[in-house]
Order: sequence, then structure tokens, then C-alpha cells
Amino acid sequence: MPALLTLITHNWYDIRDLSNLSGKIEQLIRDANGPGWLVFVVSALLGAAGIVSFIGAVAIINIWIERRVVGRMQSRLGPNRAGPFGLLQPVADAIKLMQKEVLQPKVADGLVFSLAPIAFTVPGILVMAVLPWGRNMALANLDAGVIFILALTSLGALAVFAGGYGSNNKYALFGAMRVIAMLVTYEIPSVLALLGLVLFSGTMNLSGIVLFQAKYWMPLLLVQPLPFIIYFISSSAELNRTPADLAEAESEIAGGYHVEYSGMKFGLFYAAELINAVSVSAIIATVFLGGWWLYKVDEIVPGWMIFIGKIYAVYFLFVWTRGTLPRFRIDQLLAFAWKWMTPMAFLNLVLVAAEVLIWNETGVSAGLVLPLYAVLNAAFAGVLIVAWVKFMGPRFSRFPERLRYYSQIDVPSLPAVATRTDGGAPGLAEGRSA
Amino acid sequence: MPLKSEPVEVNIGPQHPSTHGVFRMVATIDGERITDVKMIVGYLHRSMEKLAEERTYTQNIPFTDRMDYLSAINSNLGYCLAVEKLAGIEVPERATVLRVIFSELQRVASHCMATGAFINDCGAWQTPVMYTFRDREKVLDLIEMTCGARITTNYIRIGGVAFDIPDEFLPALDRLVNDDLPQRFDEYDRLLVGNEIILMRARDVGVVTPELAINAALSGPMLRSAGIAWDLRKADPYCGYDTYAFDIPVGYNGDSYDRMVIRIEEMKQSLRIIRQAVHRLPGGPHKTDVPLALRPPAGEAYARIESPKGELGFYIVSDGGPAPYRWHVRAPSLINLSVLKEMTVGQTIADAIVTLGSIDINVGEVDR
Amino acid sequence: MPHPVTLTLAGAVVAERIRGALPGAVREAADGYTVLDPARMYEAMAFIRDDEVLDGKYLVQLCSVDQVTRIDVVYHIASLAQNHIFEVKVPADHEHPEVASVAPLWAGATLQEREAYDLMGVRFAGHPNLTRLFLWDQFPGHPLRKDFLALPGGQKPGLSQFPKQVPGQTGGEFRPRLPGSGE
Repeated sequence: MPALLTLITHNWYDIRDLSNLSGKIEQLIRDANGPGWLVFVVSALLGAAGIVSFIGAVAIINIWIERRVVGRMQSRLGPNRAGPFGLLQPVADAIKLMQKEVLQPKVADGLVFSLAPIAFTVPGILVMAVLPWGRNMALANLDAGVIFILALTSLGALAVFAGGYGSNNKYALFGAMRVIAMLVTYEIPSVLALLGLVLFSGTMNLSGIVLFQAKYWMPLLLVQPLPFIIYFISSSAELNRTPADLAEAESEIAGGYHVEYSGMKFGLFYAAELINAVSVSAIIATVFLGGWWLYKVDEIVPGWMIFIGKIYAVYFLFVWTRGTLPRFRIDQLLAFAWKWMTPMAFLNLVLVAAEVLIWNETGVSAGLVLPLYAVLNAAFAGVLIVAWVKFMGPRFSRFPERLRYYSQIDVPSLPAVATRTDGGAPGLAEGRSA
Repeated sequence: MPLKSEPVEVNIGPQHPSTHGVFRMVATIDGERITDVKMIVGYLHRSMEKLAEERTYTQNIPFTDRMDYLSAINSNLGYCLAVEKLAGIEVPERATVLRVIFSELQRVASHCMATGAFINDCGAWQTPVMYTFRDREKVLDLIEMTCGARITTNYIRIGGVAFDIPDEFLPALDRLVNDDLPQRFDEYDRLLVGNEIILMRARDVGVVTPELAINAALSGPMLRSAGIAWDLRKADPYCGYDTYAFDIPVGYNGDSYDRMVIRIEEMKQSLRIIRQAVHRLPGGPHKTDVPLALRPPAGEAYARIESPKGELGFYIVSDGGPAPYRWHVRAPSLINLSVLKEMTVGQTIADAIVTLGSIDINVGEVDR
Repeated sequence: MPHPVTLTLAGAVVAERIRGALPGAVREAADGYTVLDPARMYEAMAFIRDDEVLDGKYLVQLCSVDQVTRIDVVYHIASLAQNHIFEVKVPADHEHPEVASVAPLWAGATLQEREAYDLMGVRFAGHPNLTRLFLWDQFPGHPLRKDFLALPGGQKPGLSQFPKQVPGQTGGEFRPRLPGSGE
């Protein structure tokens, strides 16, 4: 025990990389001729404790952040009464939710109904395990990290489906069905978008992707702007956030999949939504923004602080879109994915493959070729977006832009409409566009 | 091969975030398409028409507040005009101009609410509704400054208005009408009118043809969106509206989007009217003396005004007694709902919500 | 060319026009309104709607007045294109009021006729769906009638116990069964 104390006191300043700590513990156990498995158990527990405490802090603090930020966007204050700056508001919310009775409909499928909130929470936490929090700070440094996070991020939709279906409620069923439709639609572009990055960096290891960006001093966002947009949109659809919060759709289906949940079960959904948002922000921060790396800054500031900063920068984008945009209709959202995002992602993949091939074959230095590719890809993305809006975008041109103004009443002479006998009147224009 | 599907009945309301009160639609749906809609109202029925038969004419004014509680002053005005027509009461000039100012302010407040709630129905996460609420609050502040109440004002009385405006009212009105609100409306233009998602959601949704609009006696923005330039302030002027310069904004398609833009434009036109009214505000009394137990001669009168929701009419039958013999309200919200089925069948649930939001019903007025 | 200000047509003008086409359909022409013969009112209304001069394409409002010996159904009809408005009344029996429905002519009458049926008890023959609009189905009586003073048998409106839901019934299922309502 004194040894552990010395360990902590002598290394307290070295917080740049928490792996130092676990390295010291490993050394300590080896010196004491401890069993080999203990090393893994201790470092795994340490990492897990760190991640879980981070998640816990996120679930509490993000409620406050989101409500404050959206409050500012809506020209109001947001929670500001409980505690300093309203910081205790999430605590108050949580206490209220715990006190509430957990109601379960008589007709609900009990097991599915109870498991869904848990199944919704777990993937968001697991994603954090494979993310590199510092140079040597990945709890599980998987070689197939990208596949792992893709698999986990789509699990959430399954839990939402289970919750909606198990509630045995029509609104919840709507939400559940919409989630599944969105899952099969938005998985494809998001996978294709990440595939471009994998091609570029040549590895599926998330640490490897960060090291690639650190090595060439080039965040992949600059080289791959189009996949960033695609992944951002499709992950916001998967996260059920406005403008794609169709599974919840408060104004249409009154909460959708969680309409029957109350108390802490609802609280889990609520918290897990924020956790998942942070997980996706962390993925974007890792693969597009360079994770813990930030030019020379990461030599002074601890990498995990930079990483958290980047996570919240991306998270702010999510909050921003949520506070600004109205919601799509489900058919419009799916059409957007199939008609725009998937073809764009494919085109981008072809371009990236060609670029990587040229780079590998010619062997030009990265300092020359990467800025060139950055400009090229940005131009490509711009051209594709503009062309799509021009040729395939929604057309409103047949509608006049402005209203007419009359200074006197003016009623055209119209034929009277004969009424149907079943209570309605005909005359509704049949030519609604689909 | 078409999939075999089974119709499902879904209750939208009475406890639903987007039905604007306790309004209930029973939608039969096939997938997400609506095949049939039944509307069920009456959850807020207070039988005002019966209650009014036992109260004096003045005591009935608070009922009109509680009909369309988002535009109480307009309801007051319609009722008082009907009683004045019945009893032959002359209103002083200052009261008439004050009525114009306040009913236009109330129209701005009501349209703010309608626009914000409509965007909320389109799925925005409360942001536009907060913006429009902010502006509505400023208008309500002015109303509160004058008559002490914000929502149920009871301000317009038979023979004039209840109170004269305080000294600080006109400077505050000037600030609001010339600085604050025009800026806000420009902001709405930028934020809402050209918004691609709102275009996608509201264009071609809830279409009414002009023939149907006239046949179903629609009024207000519903009628104007169908391309019919009809506004009772022009067609059947009351309170001297024919002497004010303003325009009727008219849409082309009769869809939800047109109705939203018409409401935004009407707010701008209301500001025009208020500016003119402030300039011509004369001195003099703000009300004539009317006996508290007014006994109009036996007879009947129908007076109508252009309320924010549409044509608000009051049909009053008097038997010479102190209370109306019969008091009927032509509620624009109820009659605009006549075409709900025609507008929503064939659309998705999401569209039906948008359509309902664009009708801008007020359940207090529907049920009375 | 529309009138610049809404013109209120005198009852005599309307009556004359209707008499010209449908003799006997007008029972009386007063100063402000025209009284139609209830037996021929549907014809007359159809004529009013399609006539060039009357041009009553816009049914402003429909309501009913209990005149103790009879029940008047009052129609305010307007022409937007010509900008005039006039009033038509159809008398009905007080005990069993029944007039023809104008819902096939004007879609806007559908809900208003349901309202008049609900509150005044006027039956509109030919209405596609004549059910109560505001009150629940078992409500005894029609409250706007002058002889409706209170609920029968000292009943108070409201719930005495949480009622059972009747499957397949929409509207009024959360209401108590009142004695004498046939339940």
C-alpha cells in the first residue's frame, strides 16, 4: 500500500498520458513477482473505471450543456435555478425520475420492455473502449476498431425497436418501424463514408488512424470533407436527433418508441441518447479530427483533454442542428439517403481508391500529395453537392415565390361544388406530388 | 406485388402535443397513409351560448375572451359590434381607433402563436416557437399596460373600450411597431419563409381548392391561401377599416406553406395599419355611456369581423330583455375544420399534423 | 363587379327572386330575412346557391333559434363574388323539428348542422352523419332549447365512477351511462 501511495504521489504531475500510471502498476506487479493475469485485470479495471466515470459525468453534464446551449439559441436562459448556473438541474431531474413510478403497460412484453433501455445504453459505453484517448491510452486497441464501432452504433437502433415493439402501443410501433427503416437506410452511407478513411489511412485500427493523421499533420476532415458531411448526417439519423428524430417525433407520434416509458427506464433512454451522441461525436473526433493529436499542442496538453475538447466541438454541432432545423418526413429522409448519400458515398469511395492508388504507385511525398488531395476532394464535394441540388434536388420552381397582394377584394367566379353524400366534398386536388 | 396491410385506427389527441388543445382526430391509417379521419370535439364545451342567455349583454363579454383565448380582443370586438348594431349605439371616434390598434396588435400576437406552433408541428425543436413567443410577449405587455390583463382581456366594451391608454403606451407602441417587430419579421422571412425543410414539409400538404374553400365557407388565411382575395376588413369594413391603406396577401396553391407565409405577411400589414391608426388617434372620450343592464329593442343582428382565424360572426336575437334571447357564434375555427377530411386523407400522419397546424384552430373557439 | 361594401339584401328582393323560379317556396318576406317553406326548402336552397343574381355560394353560418312555438333554422348566405349577404329562415316544428339538410349543397354546413342537432335537437334529413358534435351520445335532451332547464332526475353531469370502455365506439365512451338514455 505505501508503494501504491508513492506511485501516485510521485507521478501526479504526469497526467498527460494515463497509460503511464498503468505502466507503473504493471511494473510494480512484475517486480513483486505477481501473477501475469493480474496485470491485465488491473489495467482493464482501471480503464473501465475511467471510461465509466467519464460516461457518468457525460450523462449528467450533457443534459445541462444541451439545455443551456439550446436555451441560448432559443433566446432564453435555460436551467439556471438549481445550484450555480443551474448545474444541479440534471441531479434534480434524475432524483425526480427515480422517484417516479415505473409504469409498465399490461399488454407490454415485459422482458423486451425492460431490457430495451439497458440494451440502448450499453453500446454507447462500449464504443468508448476502443477509442484512443491518448498516445497509448486505448483500453482495447482493436485492429478491427472501425468494424467494432460500426457494429455497436447500429445496435442502438435495435434496442429502440425492441422498446417500441415491446410497448405494444401504436405510437411506439410507429417509432420502432421508422427506426428500422432508417437503420437499413443510413447504415450504408455511414459505412461507405468510413471506408474512405480506412482506405486513406490503410488501417482499421482507430489508434492507427489517429497516428496517420499525426504523422502527416493532416486531419482527415480536410482530405475527406464529403464523408464527414455524410457521416454526420447519417449518424444524426441514427442518433434520432432533429432533423431526423422521426422515431421520437414528439409533434407527430408523441415520443414514439419511449411513449410508454416512465421513471428511470425513461431516464435511461434519455441519458443513453446523450451518451450515444457523445460516442458518435467521439468517433467523428477520432477519425476526422485527429483524436488526441493537435499539431504540437498534444506535447503540452494531455491528449485526452484535447480529445474531450474535440468531442464537445462535434457535440456542439449536433446540438446546433437540433436547435435549428425542422424535421423531415420519413419518406423524404429515406429518399435523401438513397438518392443522395449512398451514390455520393460510392463516388467518393471510387475517387479515394484512385487517389490512394496513385499515391502508392508514384510514391510522391505526402507533404505534396495530401494538400493537393484536400483541395481536389473539397472541389469534388462542392461540385457534387451543387450538381445534385441543381439536377436532382426538390423542385419548388413551379410555385411562385411571392404572394399576391390585393388592395381590394377580388373573388374569381367559380362553379359551385356538388357535395358527396358521405359527408365530404370533392374538389381536393388529386395531383399531389408524391 | 402489393403488400397486404390492415387498417389501423390511431387516436391523435385529445392529449397529444400537436393538436393545439383537446382536439381529437381518429385516423384510420394504412401504413403511414391516412385513409379516413374522424374528428371528435367537445372536450372543452362550456355551453356558452346557453349561459349567455341568462346574463346581461355586458356580462357576456368575458365569455368571448374565453372563446378564442389567443385573440380575445378580436372576439370582444365582434360581440360588441353585434350588440351595438342591435341597440344602435354610436361609438366615439377615439374608441374606434383604439379598437383598430388593439385588434391589430392582437392579430399580431395570434399570428405569432400560429406561426410558431405551425413550425413546431413541422418538427422544429421549439426554437421558432420560442422566437415567436418572445414577440407575442412584447405585444401582450402592451395590452397588459392598458387593460391589466394579458390573455383574457375583456377590454372592448359595448360603446367603446374599457380604459383609455396610459401615457407611456404610445412611446412603447412606437418602439415595438417601428423597431422591434419589423426586425423580427425580417428574421422570420430569413429563418422560415425560405427554409428548404419547411418547403419540403408544407408545400402541397393540406391543399384546398378555391371551389372547395368557398363551398365549405372557409375564411381567413385558409380562404386567402386558396387564391381568393377576401378580407372582411375590406369587404365589409367595420371600425373604419376602409380608410386605412393595407393589402390582402393571397396565395396560389392553398397549401400549408401559403397559409404560413400569409400569416407572416398579415402581421406586416397589421403593423402598417397600426402606424396609420396612431397618427390619426383623436382626443375625446374613449367610451359612451351605456346602461349596465342594456335592453336593446327586440330584433336580431349579425355582425362579423375578420379575426385572425377567419370570419368571426355573432348572431344575436333580442326579445327586448336585459339578456340576449339567443346568442350564436359563427366560429371560424370550427367551420375551417369542415374540410379536415378532404385535406388529410391520402397523406401521412406527419402531414396531417402539419395540416392541422396550418388550419390554426383554437379549441376554445371550436367547442365554445 | 363586387359591391365595395357588403350589401345586405332585403328579404323582399330575395323572396322575389326565389318566387320567380319556384312559386310557393317562399312563405314570408320580412325586412331583414326571407322565410322559406320547409317542404320546399332544399329546392330553394339549391336555387339560391346556383342562381346568378343571388349567387349564394358561401354559406356564412347556420344556426337555430328556439321561438317557443317553433324552431327557426337561420341561414346567412353570402356571395363573395358580388359581395352581398342575406338571411333565410326555415321554421320547424317545436316538438319534432326536422328540416332538409343543406350539407349536400355546402360542405361547410356539415359541422354546423351537427352542432344545431346537438344543442337544439333539429334533425336534418339527408345529413350524411347526423351525430352529436359537442356533447356525448347519451346526453339527455338538447340544452339550447328553452324548455331544457336541468338534467332530468336531478342528474349532474360528470363522472361518478370510471366507466368501462366500449370497444369500437369513438367519442363519448368515457362518459357515464345516464338513466333514461336507453342503456
